[in-house]
Amino acid sequence: MRKQNSEWTTVIKPKAAWFDINLKEIWHYKDLILMFLKRNFNSAYKQTILGPLWFLINPLLSSSMYTVVFGQIARISTDNVPKFLFYLCSNAAWSYFSSCLSSTASTFTGNAYLFGKVYFPRLVSPITTVIYGMLSFFVQMLLFVVCAFVFAAKGQVIHPNIHMLYIPIMIMQMALLGLGIGIIISSVTTKYRDLTILIGFGLQLWMYGTPVVYPISQVASIAPGFEKLIWLNPVAPIINNFRYAILGCGTFNYSYWGISWIVTAVFLFFGVLIFSRVEKTFMDTV
Amino acid sequence: MNPILNSVQSDAGTETVIEVENVKKQYRLGTIGGGTLKGDIQSWWARIRGKEDPNSKVDAKIYSKNEKFMALDGVSFSVKKGETIGLIGGNGAGKSTLLKLFSRVTAPSEGEIRIKGRVSSMLEVGTGFHPELTGRENVYLNGAILGMKRKEVDERIEDIIEFSECRKFIDTPVKRYSSGMFVKLAFSVAAHLNSDIMLMDEVLAVGDMAFQKKCIDKMVSVARDEGKTIIYVSHNMQTIRQLCSRAIVLRQGKIIFDGDVERGIDIYLRNDEVTAKIFNDYTDCHRFNFLTDKVLMDSLTVLDKENCYYKDDEKVRFKIKMHCNEDVKELSLRFMIHNADQVVMATSACYNFMSCKKGEEFERVFELDITPLASGVYKVLPALFELNELGEVIDCDGVYPGLVFEHAKTTPLNWKSKLYGDTALCDMVCIE
Repeated sequence: MRKQNSEWTTVIKPKAAWFDINLKEIWHYKDLILMFLKRNFNSAYKQTILGPLWFLINPLLSSSMYTVVFGQIARISTDNVPKFLFYLCSNAAWSYFSSCLSSTASTFTGNAYLFGKVYFPRLVSPITTVIYGMLSFFVQMLLFVVCAFVFAAKGQVIHPNIHMLYIPIMIMQMALLGLGIGIIISSVTTKYRDLTILIGFGLQLWMYGTPVVYPISQVASIAPGFEKLIWLNPVAPIINNFRYAILGCGTFNYSYWGISWIVTAVFLFFGVLIFSRVEKTFMDTV
Repeated sequence: MNPILNSVQSDAGTETVIEVENVKKQYRLGTIGGGTLKGDIQSWWARIRGKEDPNSKVDAKIYSKNEKFMALDGVSFSVKKGETIGLIGGNGAGKSTLLKLFSRVTAPSEGEIRIKGRVSSMLEVGTGFHPELTGRENVYLNGAILGMKRKEVDERIEDIIEFSECRKFIDTPVKRYSSGMFVKLAFSVAAHLNSDIMLMDEVLAVGDMAFQKKCIDKMVSVARDEGKTIIYVSHNMQTIRQLCSRAIVLRQGKIIFDGDVERGIDIYLRNDEVTAKIFNDYTDCHRFNFLTDKVLMDSLTVLDKENCYYKDDEKVRFKIKMHCNEDVKELSLRFMIHNADQVVMATSACYNFMSCKKGEEFERVFELDITPLASGVYKVLPALFELNELGEVIDCDGVYPGLVFEHAKTTPLNWKSKLYGDTALCDMVCIE
């Protein structure tokens, strides 16, 4: 029986081509992404008293903690920006990136029960987590705006500027970078679980290597030359520029941001590459 | 509606919707750990240098932990639109692996599967149900997981709720559901899906009998009226009989039979059992420990025949050799006749045919009339027993299957056990 392949809706073959991501198919499953978002949202705060308020409490508490520990006790400068706003802003950006990375990293192992039973494009679930993370990011930014007005009323004014137009690009880059690294880790962890153990404290360490609780100018003044190393961290220019756009502190750096984009592209490329290799057969090894 | 008649008469379309070509699926045995990484690197290095993979040899002792195992070994068949196929086989025969390949949960190691149309799978009841969400939300979630658009679920939600019999609880989180309700709701979603090919793996095992019947009726009508193709895996032969128009029997990853359902079930059930023999030696047979062992059978020999194939009103004559361990006053023999499904169909007994003393050996010849039995293959459990003062049966000895025979009966009705039952009573007489 010789028939044209076009006659068949699906042809299942042993090994897929190297780059086999069907974007059209993912679009077809957009309702599933919506349902997953709804599921994540509904189930996250079921049977809690405060419910979605936790979206706000979480950043408020951690920013207050940073203000006390890094601002008051360690006395780290924040480039003349109100400390609380500085930490609230940095924390929103960093926690978006880290949640993208960590939840993407557990895509295969966390969803094995579902992936093992039915087929849908596997990329749907990391995409869902990235969008879901954005939700809490926006809530935090809303909180930031409210706090900024409160501080402005007290005379502590911040200087948002035209660079704010870059913010959507920055958010996208954080999502893509988190997605890229996350899916590499999740693809490898289907077979070797070592990276799962690394990811928890690895992200913690990475945060201290990123100018989240300190401005990069602080590094330059204390250990000259060392700041170049920090700049090479792909997340550092994003956070720095993000803070510049909103708070008007420090400088806006284009060259290191460019490098950061290249790194992002490389990670994303290899991430999707490995992912498309693994997604077909990962059930056998997970 | 009689589902049995329906499935017999449903004729499949002519369009081929699934083609499976020489599909193989290989698994690695043993655990995956540091040793696997070492092996992976070795294999990869060997491939780069163009040498033979040192780990591909199954018998290499060091890597015996990571042996390869073929779950499917060269399977080919094609399915036409509207067919309902029953996949049967023992545990580990490769049924579920095959369904996993169809549903694209995992990919084959070799070969190709071509599918026309949308596939929906119900590999396990309630996967994708989130315990915290309500029944209604879960219907939408499950529909989306199975590839339905929100609008499509909207159109069907009423039918789904109606069929599931869970209307009262539809806005309660499913974690509060009983397991039966869970199954009903999950099945309803899958059954109302807008798909062309449905895969089902043991999904009817749960749920009460009434609902099971409702599901099978629904599946039959879905296949016949809407032209959906169904691939069904089950160990319950009754549901296979009711639902399927064709059976595929798998054994150790290979297809051993493909065709008529009854034949397929016969082949599967008789898989690894004794075949019909003239001389049946009982000396080394397994025996139940509740037997008294007062008299033991040594062998059973069929007389006057060269095989165990009986036509119409031929009688079964056989000789039993036995020896006596303890004195028995009144010994009786009974023949419990089982069908291929291991269900007792009929019993015949010969009472008080002898008494014996310890140490004696005997041979006795019996004759059995099997005319009431419908055509088919039967397995016999011969048992020696005595009746105590209260009239209770005390079994001395029994061997199963002690004799296997086939009965072919010609009737004007073209008797099929599936339709008319396993017993063909004597013909009725018109008396007035």
